[in-house]
Amino acid sequence: MTDGRPRYPGHRRILVFATLAIALVAAACGGDFPQSSLRPQSDVAREIDTLFRGIFWWAMGVLVVVEGALIVAIIRFRERPGADKPKPVHGNTALEIGWTLAPAIILIFIGVPTMITLWRIDRPPPSSDVRVEVIGHQWWWEFNYPDLGVRTANELHLPVGRTADLRLKTADVIHSFWFPQVSGKRDLVPGTENQLWFTPDSVGMYPGQCAEFCGTSHALMGMRLFVDTPEEFDRWVAREASQQEAGAEPRPSDDPSVLAGREIFFGAGGCISCHAIRGTTAAGILGPDLTHVGSRSTIAAGTLDNTPDKLVIWINEPHEVKPGNLMLDMGLSDEQARQVAAYLLSLE
Amino acid sequence: MATAEARVHGSPGAEAKSGGTYAGGIWSWITTVDHKRIGILYFVSSLAFFLIGGIEAMLIRLQLAGPENTLLSAQAYNQIFTMHGVTMLLFAVMPMSAAFFNFIVPLQIGARDVAFPRLNAFSYWLFLFGALFLNSSFFLGGAPDVGWFAYANLTSSQFSPGHGVDFYILGLALAGAGSIVAALNFIVTIINLRAPGMTFMRLPLFTWMTFVVSFLIILAFPPFTISTVFLLFDRMFGTLFFEPAGGGDPRLWQHLFWIFGHPEVYILILPAFGIISDVIPTFSRKPLFGYPVVVYSGVLIAFLGFGVWAHHMFSVGLGPVANSAFSGLTMLIAIPTGVKIFNWIATMWGGSLRFRTAMLFSIGLVAMFVIGGLSGVMHSSAPADLQQTDTYFVVAHFHYVLFGGSILGLFAGVYYWFPKVTGRFLNERLGAVHFWGMFLGLNLTFFPMHFAGLHGQPRRTFTYPAGLGFEGFNLVSTIGAVITFLAVLVFLVNLVRSLRTAATAGANPWEASTLEWSIGSPPPPHNFDHTPGVTSRDPLWHDGIAPPPPGEEEFHMPNPSFWPLVVAGGLLLIMAGALVGLPLVLFGVAVTLVGIYGWSFEPIH
Repeated sequence: MTDGRPRYPGHRRILVFATLAIALVAAACGGDFPQSSLRPQSDVAREIDTLFRGIFWWAMGVLVVVEGALIVAIIRFRERPGADKPKPVHGNTALEIGWTLAPAIILIFIGVPTMITLWRIDRPPPSSDVRVEVIGHQWWWEFNYPDLGVRTANELHLPVGRTADLRLKTADVIHSFWFPQVSGKRDLVPGTENQLWFTPDSVGMYPGQCAEFCGTSHALMGMRLFVDTPEEFDRWVAREASQQEAGAEPRPSDDPSVLAGREIFFGAGGCISCHAIRGTTAAGILGPDLTHVGSRSTIAAGTLDNTPDKLVIWINEPHEVKPGNLMLDMGLSDEQARQVAAYLLSLE
Repeated sequence: MATAEARVHGSPGAEAKSGGTYAGGIWSWITTVDHKRIGILYFVSSLAFFLIGGIEAMLIRLQLAGPENTLLSAQAYNQIFTMHGVTMLLFAVMPMSAAFFNFIVPLQIGARDVAFPRLNAFSYWLFLFGALFLNSSFFLGGAPDVGWFAYANLTSSQFSPGHGVDFYILGLALAGAGSIVAALNFIVTIINLRAPGMTFMRLPLFTWMTFVVSFLIILAFPPFTISTVFLLFDRMFGTLFFEPAGGGDPRLWQHLFWIFGHPEVYILILPAFGIISDVIPTFSRKPLFGYPVVVYSGVLIAFLGFGVWAHHMFSVGLGPVANSAFSGLTMLIAIPTGVKIFNWIATMWGGSLRFRTAMLFSIGLVAMFVIGGLSGVMHSSAPADLQQTDTYFVVAHFHYVLFGGSILGLFAGVYYWFPKVTGRFLNERLGAVHFWGMFLGLNLTFFPMHFAGLHGQPRRTFTYPAGLGFEGFNLVSTIGAVITFLAVLVFLVNLVRSLRTAATAGANPWEASTLEWSIGSPPPPHNFDHTPGVTSRDPLWHDGIAPPPPGEEEFHMPNPSFWPLVVAGGLLLIMAGALVGLPLVLFGVAVTLVGIYGWSFEPIH
């Protein structure tokens, strides 16, 4: 190894890397990414996306210039047999001033749009058409609409084209509220109330999730945003704001398993110590409000589809589904769990 | 060897015998105060922790290879990702930098040891005990599972009732104290023990960056220590520093942590910058381009590093004024960093490049750090960062900085100085396999994470659902991690094999310019027969060492001592006692006091 024979980085290896890189980038840009920050669907998300894309292209330019210079230096100045010892250049003031100023100038082109965007989005909302109180819990989301009398969990509904004014609080530890397609993150910090606003501009369903590590099942603290047409939203509000009938006498038309499930829910299952069903005696506050749980698309904070089978799993094995969560395994039989599930799904 | 000319003083039992050899045996290593042997101890320990952290990384990647994987439970995953971060940053990269500080800095400045040799041993034992103590938590009820950043109030006794967080506090208190003591030692050493003529503007860049990093350590670690003491009080004595119900604020932890945590990034990267600033000129056969600017930009990066902590907190809701200020200050760091990159390329430009493994790793650092730096600029922009923070985009970013930067730089140092430390070469062929495997592996692992993050994958999640488009990126990342791991195994094989070869390296196998290459490989215990007089920045290229004065030079080498081990052991007992009970604390205090007493009255020569 002291024989002075230089080793060159093989050109073929560089080619392999380049091919791999291009394949990766191609794979990364296509495809379906429902939780992507690069598919903005609100005013705020679009502003951030535009800013990011601007910075991205500056960065690409710098990357090409710097890596290009490095590669040229590697190829051009490799040791050649019989060459003279290189000239001991110690520096070049003009050059060094130049490459101090160049990044400074590029930073102006990044910094100015940054500041403009920052002051546009980090301020009180321009209007607050829909006010929502967001409360983070280990590991689910509580959504209260104080003006509309709606209290729900894990599935946020907003009307398209109206500015949502979110007030963020937490019941326990720090969480971070994040629907990438409509806004950046904002933390839910104990002892303070944070604010976040955006105006969704496209109807659809957008997944989101907690973005600040918040304990054992942080990964399973998902949520969904439904951006509805104004009519759909009004219908949703009307239904969600309504109460379930308190202690309604069973009707013959009722599914017997629903009735049995209700019996268990209010009795042996102990469900009401943590869950509320507005209009009934169930008024627990530790777990999500279940008044209209049957109309939600998922349960367990976006972890499972809201189907009878999944509900049975969730009721009987809550800690298999979501380790560390507060829900108790009440030791119900499969039959009983199936009945409770039937009751819950009847709560539309 | 020319040792016969020098007369080395030392009482019987001194490790530096007048013949210029070391005493053998394990006891001689335990009691050593020789900076070179302590450097080797740091290296071996940090390599072991690098492997542990690497195994943790493999477990993380295997768990995330596919959606809804069940290899690891949520609890196990959270412990492992926490310990991966802590171990890699504080028990692998930092002490491996310390290994080079110890071995190389005194040689580069023409000194015979560090200023406080026993304190140096003490630093090592504190680091080792802290690291072992924290890792023992895996077997004693569970490791910390709150992330290396350990945000309050998740760490409160209400939300983290186990002892994991206590191990975190106490273990890092020990290791942190070791770092601070070592940093003070290196500051005093570099200021006071430079050979005649070794002015600051002639210091090799690695020594310069050691100097800068030492200041960063003594300024950055105290806020962290304070915040962990607050946390300890909250958990053990019912104070409410981070409890809003009692007037505390969990954001206080974030500020204190990142005032430490951001400079910590520069503590991790600047030594690597220093290493390649020595390696690139050597293998370009050309002096460092713009030496003063490279020095000043290193100092400036360190200085600015204290003014940017809240860029980790853009989503906390500090308001537009704070976010603008921290956004702007963070962008400024790109300027001195860019300058360094340009100066390294300019050093190579017009040179005669020899692609030894050390050079491959150095060039790899430059190429990879540019990518990490540019993604860093992307999230210096606060609004953009609101989408990027806490996603895999950030994981990609800091692994390009810390793996593509720090670790490639440290491996450059390993291949570069291995002949100096052992007198033997690492195999260049295996070295090339190691480098290209690692280069391919790290890019496959971390590049797809940019996309995963931008497409919405948050970090610190033990699982992810199918259908969000994350599957492909994660699978590629896992394949890359396997390749990286295999490359590390190649390095280990290389290390073991090379140690069995003959010591043929000689004083200066790379034709390098700095003082450490003027003495034998491995260096004799007293390093220099004659204190060198330096007359140039690249002394070995310019006849920059003054001829020795006639006659013998008298100097003293310090005696070995077990007292540093006793004091560090006493502190370890105190930390363990905090979990076990008061009697053990008191016993630990007694051991510590006896140790300090013995240390103080021990004859030095």
